[in-house]
Amino acid sequence: MMLIAVTAGILITMALALLRAVVGPTIYDRILAVNVFGTKTVLIIAVLGFLTGRPDFLDIAIIYALINFIGTIAVLKFIRYGNLSQAGPRAATGNPPEDDI
Amino acid sequence: MEGQILQIVAWVFLGVGAVFSLIGGIGLIRLPDFYTRMHAAGMTDTLGAGGILIGLMFLSGFNLVTAKLIFILLFIFFTSPTSSHSVAKAAMGAGFKPLLQRRD
Amino acid sequence: MRTVALTICLAATWLLLSGHYDPLLLSLGAASCVLVAWIAWRMDVVDHEGFPIHLSWQAVLYWPWLIFEIIKSNIDVALVILRPSMPISPTVLTVKTTQGSELGQVIYANSITLTPGTVSLRVYDDKIDVHALTKAGADGIAAGEMDRRVTLMDASGAKTGGKSGGRGG
Repeated sequence: MMLIAVTAGILITMALALLRAVVGPTIYDRILAVNVFGTKTVLIIAVLGFLTGRPDFLDIAIIYALINFIGTIAVLKFIRYGNLSQAGPRAATGNPPEDDI
Repeated sequence: MEGQILQIVAWVFLGVGAVFSLIGGIGLIRLPDFYTRMHAAGMTDTLGAGGILIGLMFLSGFNLVTAKLIFILLFIFFTSPTSSHSVAKAAMGAGFKPLLQRRD
Repeated sequence: MRTVALTICLAATWLLLSGHYDPLLLSLGAASCVLVAWIAWRMDVVDHEGFPIHLSWQAVLYWPWLIFEIIKSNIDVALVILRPSMPISPTVLTVKTTQGSELGQVIYANSITLTPGTVSLRVYDDKIDVHALTKAGADGIAAGEMDRRVTLMDASGAKTGGKSGGRGG
């Protein structure tokens, strides 16, 4: 019963994040909203695994957490450089490219 | 008896997590500009995710599932500040000025 | 030496995630751990920064304090959001960091961001630009309690880390 309430809470949060992603005036609002949406997806997969009695779902949640992080960084890098293959202008001076994102 | 106490503790943690993620979602809609919305997002990532995952840990008992939940929790805790900092830095780099000291 | 520790960590993670204990799968897992550790060693990323084992002891003291701070500021931010008038006063302030190493500075910046109500916007030289949601949050960062604790952790790490780093090459 409690798990269903928690699922409902997470779903409402996801709906709010999606609303922000749709109306968000700037692209950074959208990225932020999608990041929150991704974190909530990890949580809802974990909770659903418990709700249906299949804890194997946690493996999927782990993978989703990894992909969510890498996806956010990749989108930001793409916006910044318009290209995912290069390390960025600062790489030549010896600074790590993560510094720029 | 002991199982019941564990159950209640799990419910408390799950409730706290769900409430804080809801508040974070509301904040994501209500707050006026991008930089302030970042704080709401941080809230759902820390106490929202933490509460729900710790609640599930109490629900599962102590086995491999707990270890996986701890792994997810640690991963979210380490990556969430990195991604918020990246978004903030990208927005700063693009020249968005934060809204300062709203007076109305 | 760090490479050996990395292999052990990888093996522990593998055992944790797989849940299979047949001899065949165990040997495959061990082989993949050794392969990853070897590649990391060849790429020269197993160093002070990439694999900071030297921080472990002080971090045990730092984590509970940080979690307590996170819970406190979560409640503050939640109350601010829920109040109908929403009494926010966004501020940007620059704080000086006193950590010796870059790693310490990164830990400090990440701790600031992890605490709701404050987000580090830019890290440069020995300063961090912080965006705070409320005046109270800005004052909390300016007071420098977190900075002091991270410096303490980083300094003790630098001592032991220097020793083991010297041995590991």
